[in-house]
Amino acid sequence: MTTLYSVPQVDEDDAPPARPRTPRRIRSFTPEDRFAAVGSVLASLALVDVAYLHIFYFSGLLGFLLCWYVAYLVVYGVVVSLANPRPIVVERLVTSTLYLASAVVVLALGSTVVYIFAKGWRALVHVNFFTHDMAGVSPTAPLTQGGILHAIVGTVIEVGIAVAVSVPLGIGTAVYMTEVRGRGSKLVRTVVESMTALPEILAGLFVYVVLIIEFGLSKTGLAVSAAMAVTMVPIIARAGEVALRVVPGGLREASSALGATHWKTVVRVVLPSAAAGLVTATILAIARGIGETAIPLICSGASSFMNTNPVQEPMNSLPLYIYTAYTTHESLAITRAFGAASVLMTMVLVLFVTARFLVRDKKVRR
Amino acid sequence: MTTTVDLAPSPTPPSEPRAPRRLSPGLQPSDRIFHGGATVIGMVVLALTGAIGLFLGYQSIPTLHTYGLHFFTETQWLPELNKIGIAAVLVGTVEVALVAMVVSFPLALMLALFITDYAPKRIKSWLISTVDLMAAVPSIIYGLWGFYLLQPHAINVARFLSQYVGWFPVFHVDTDPNAAVWQQSRYTSSAFIAGLAVAMMAIPLACAIMRGVFDQAPLGEREAAMALGGTRFGVARTVVLPFAKGGVIGGTMLALGRALGETAAVLIIISPAYDIKPRILEAGTQTTSALIAGNFGNATKSQLSALLTAGFVLFVITLGVNSIAAVFIRRSRSGAGTEI
Repeated sequence: MTTLYSVPQVDEDDAPPARPRTPRRIRSFTPEDRFAAVGSVLASLALVDVAYLHIFYFSGLLGFLLCWYVAYLVVYGVVVSLANPRPIVVERLVTSTLYLASAVVVLALGSTVVYIFAKGWRALVHVNFFTHDMAGVSPTAPLTQGGILHAIVGTVIEVGIAVAVSVPLGIGTAVYMTEVRGRGSKLVRTVVESMTALPEILAGLFVYVVLIIEFGLSKTGLAVSAAMAVTMVPIIARAGEVALRVVPGGLREASSALGATHWKTVVRVVLPSAAAGLVTATILAIARGIGETAIPLICSGASSFMNTNPVQEPMNSLPLYIYTAYTTHESLAITRAFGAASVLMTMVLVLFVTARFLVRDKKVRR
Repeated sequence: MTTTVDLAPSPTPPSEPRAPRRLSPGLQPSDRIFHGGATVIGMVVLALTGAIGLFLGYQSIPTLHTYGLHFFTETQWLPELNKIGIAAVLVGTVEVALVAMVVSFPLALMLALFITDYAPKRIKSWLISTVDLMAAVPSIIYGLWGFYLLQPHAINVARFLSQYVGWFPVFHVDTDPNAAVWQQSRYTSSAFIAGLAVAMMAIPLACAIMRGVFDQAPLGEREAAMALGGTRFGVARTVVLPFAKGGVIGGTMLALGRALGETAAVLIIISPAYDIKPRILEAGTQTTSALIAGNFGNATKSQLSALLTAGFVLFVITLGVNSIAAVFIRRSRSGAGTEI
């Protein structure tokens, strides 16, 4: 028997020393490196402590942290450059900077949430804060009197109406732009896209001038909802369009090939595939609407009493309540404002977690 | 044995031409309704949103007719004296937005790069949620945060800046920064602090766009850079950032558009002042949105129209900024690679 190809026979003895089976770690961070990092942190702290507080007599926590960080970068850079080539020095410094930038952002958001709840806590512990309105209660009244039920109810009603109007309009527009692609879709896209640039205050002013000044309607919750819808429709339409556009074309074609009508394709295939994105778009818009301050300020007054009728009498809402309480500059009113802000923040958090949950759920099922 | 097979008569008479069957039979009745309905919705939204733009533009005509070009050069807003102009207000708007951009651009860029290229997997998804949540927090809450929590710290930084770089007009404050008992109230309610609060709203917007574009940087090129021995920063510098340049610019512009129109946070922080000044650290400034929110209540009809004109100018600016952003974002090869 002849072998056409000679297979090189490797002797066990000739083989190079057995390589470890685990892959080499390409991003090694040795104990020495760790020591350099920790040491630099401490060294720069000591340096700044001496220079900042005892030589230059600066004051202020923020400045101290800033200087500490700059000193850290310098010290760490020098330490690393003692034993490493330039690219690694740059890499280490950039990594430090990026970690810090992210920490700053997270800290800023964290401090916002914690601070709002910490300041609002004194109002939140009273049950009447959630079950009463402010009718006949002066801003300086103790926290055991009055509450923000009217503002909570007002926010829910106003946002509810705005959502009921803007979700069908927004998603309908998105479908028109991506699925139907009528002759006007390019124009609609341009206009809708430019309307996302509309500052909220202008939407409020528009409704104020048209509905309240021209048509003589009174300042009501409905006016607020209308202005909110004006800002929410473009957001939903635009984000919804993106969500629909990333639905793979293959799915649409498969549906058509099976004989489904366009309507069935959109309702049974396209919209369900894009559901997560559409829900996110809606929640994004709700979160935006819930926090609108300028719109209720212009389109409705800050009433102190409960009003569940959106077409009569002004209707208060949480952001407006916060703003008006803030403008009194009374410490108790401001505590109430922080309490209302905590409630608003909780609503946003709940919405946010719901959106996350829905999106995650969809992804698992797919 | 015979079986009779009923053969259907030949379906096509041989004389018929061999033209292919039409594949598109036209719309089903249900589809016609569907298309009609969607078109109606699209047109309603078009009419509604278009009406606002036209309305604002239309309302500006009498104002511009009355005040002429003085509307853009007058700094004061004194309706009682019939002196109305938006020069100072526009400068204030731009100052606040620029401070916000100077703070938020590096943070958003670094955060986005950290999320896509540096963060360990567990931190990554967590950070993405954090940024999304940040976008959902109402602006009035950032206003409270900026006024009560940030301002007491930020005025120290402002004073430091005015002490050491006060020779530069932007950082100058009209008071003695070296006084033993320094006038804190000269440093509060400034464009600088308002800009910091607005930056909190600009960061998530810019970061989300940048992250999306960084994620699309071609994997092959990344791996090639890695294989050539690049560090992570090397990969970012040579592959990711050049690829995402358009998205970075677009995201920043989009955030700028948002920052220009911000109302609630600015309204809480600033104290109104109608003069053109470059001194961003000094107390008092005014932005267009805050002007509208502060003055619409007791405005007469012509003053309302003037406010609307101010709003229209703001809208045109944000629209321009957003349009530029859209062009850049579209150019950045986004949206590709989603087909099956």
